[in-house]
Amino acid sequence: MSSGQAVEVRVSLDGLYKPSEDVVARTVEGEIIIVPLVAGIGDLEDELFTLNETGKAIWERLDGKRKLRDVLHELSEEFDASEGEIEQDLIGLVGELVGRRILVAVT
Amino acid sequence: MKRDPYVTRMKIEKASLWKDGGPILQALDIEITERCNNNCLHCCINLPADDSSALARELSAEALKEILREAAALGCMTVRFTGGEPLLRKDFEEVYLYARKIGLKVVLFTNATLMTPSLVELFSQIPPLERIEVSVYGMKRTSCEAITRVPGSFDAAWHGINLLLERKIPFAVKGVLLPANRGDAEEFENWAATLPWMDDLPSYSVFLDLHGRRNEKKNQMIRTLRPTPQEGVIFLARRKTTYLEEMKQFCSSFIGRTGDQLFSCNAGIGGGCVDAYGYFQLCMGLRHPDTVYDLSKGSLKEAMTRFFPEVRKLRASHPDYLARCARCFLKGLCEQCPGRSWTEHGTMDTPIEYLCEIAHTQAKQLGMLKEGQLAWEIEDWRERIRSFSEGRENEFRTSCGS
Repeated sequence: MSSGQAVEVRVSLDGLYKPSEDVVARTVEGEIIIVPLVAGIGDLEDELFTLNETGKAIWERLDGKRKLRDVLHELSEEFDASEGEIEQDLIGLVGELVGRRILVAVT
Repeated sequence: MKRDPYVTRMKIEKASLWKDGGPILQALDIEITERCNNNCLHCCINLPADDSSALARELSAEALKEILREAAALGCMTVRFTGGEPLLRKDFEEVYLYARKIGLKVVLFTNATLMTPSLVELFSQIPPLERIEVSVYGMKRTSCEAITRVPGSFDAAWHGINLLLERKIPFAVKGVLLPANRGDAEEFENWAATLPWMDDLPSYSVFLDLHGRRNEKKNQMIRTLRPTPQEGVIFLARRKTTYLEEMKQFCSSFIGRTGDQLFSCNAGIGGGCVDAYGYFQLCMGLRHPDTVYDLSKGSLKEAMTRFFPEVRKLRASHPDYLARCARCFLKGLCEQCPGRSWTEHGTMDTPIEYLCEIAHTQAKQLGMLKEGQLAWEIEDWRERIRSFSEGRENEFRTSCGS
């Protein structure tokens, strides 16, 4: 497995998560573009990352100050989906981004 | 909520990410110095490495950072540091790091002679996210240094290249076709094919641009080094099958009459070039004073949204241009453009005979023109382009003598 591939991580709804200092997140033309700063974030050296609409809504709330559980409640109020579905999305995205070193857990 | 993949890995240029054409500035070239530690015979820009007058006028690191900051704010994703030799600047690492930390990808044009272990370590830790582009002037000391005119430059370049190879820093190589290294081409291409990051033959500068600051003494030298149109075209077609396929694709989309519109290229759209002293140009080649924008008196945004669009409205008025280039269907294949016209003639719309001959030679080779025909007199040009693009190859083979 190359260093840039996502690894499975345990994500807790009581955890705090924030963008890693290993990436630069930019908003360009309304899109969130995540640019690796250090080596090994992408599978290839020149890869950038972007988030879909769900990902954007979640990313914008991951500031290292709000527990995921609070983010889940905010999203439940905003989106027309069951809390179970949203939780699945939230855990899925955070797990993927932590696995890619794009997000880090705040301890 | 949607159940698409949350994270998409992508290359911006290949993704249809932008809904409305993308940011007004997508890529920026910066010539961070015109100085170079080589003294190449053919170079269209370089000044001596110790040129104190040039050094004094160069943008400071802080000024470069300010430009990079504005570029990123406008949505720019990639900056290309070129020169001169960018690594001559003592603050290169500082500027490079700044660009990367604000989320820009970096392309570096270099001769590799000033590559150091610490710089390669930096590229390893904080990758540029784009391949470094290394100019290689010769595979032998004699051929290389006959061009660079600096003893020791051959060893220095290969030391730098080996540092990049050892640390697996992605880089591509490119060449220039000159009498002194013509015999190295096959060896160069064979070696380039062994590099893991080369997905094609190395690109070459074949027909040599004149000096960007219109230095006539330098231009006299460059003219003597240029291949004849026939020699250059034969070199371009040396891998015939690949060349022919590329030309068919190119001609089907990019050649044709453009009338008196001077800018048929994309210069100044989505990008531009900042020179070493803070003047913003539509492209690297066009330094006509009426077309450059002084960034000390304005902004990248102002240039991109107001100044460049006005420049691009310029129309040709030179009678020879109107009689020939404006009616010539080889425009696109011919590299006549305002930048080259400026370096050759000091105007933006004077036909360049050398480029005209090259395009006609190439068109004859490809079977779109017959001997003695002039492309601006051809009325059935659309049919000729279509016929060539759709695959009539016999005339090409005949005119290539094979």
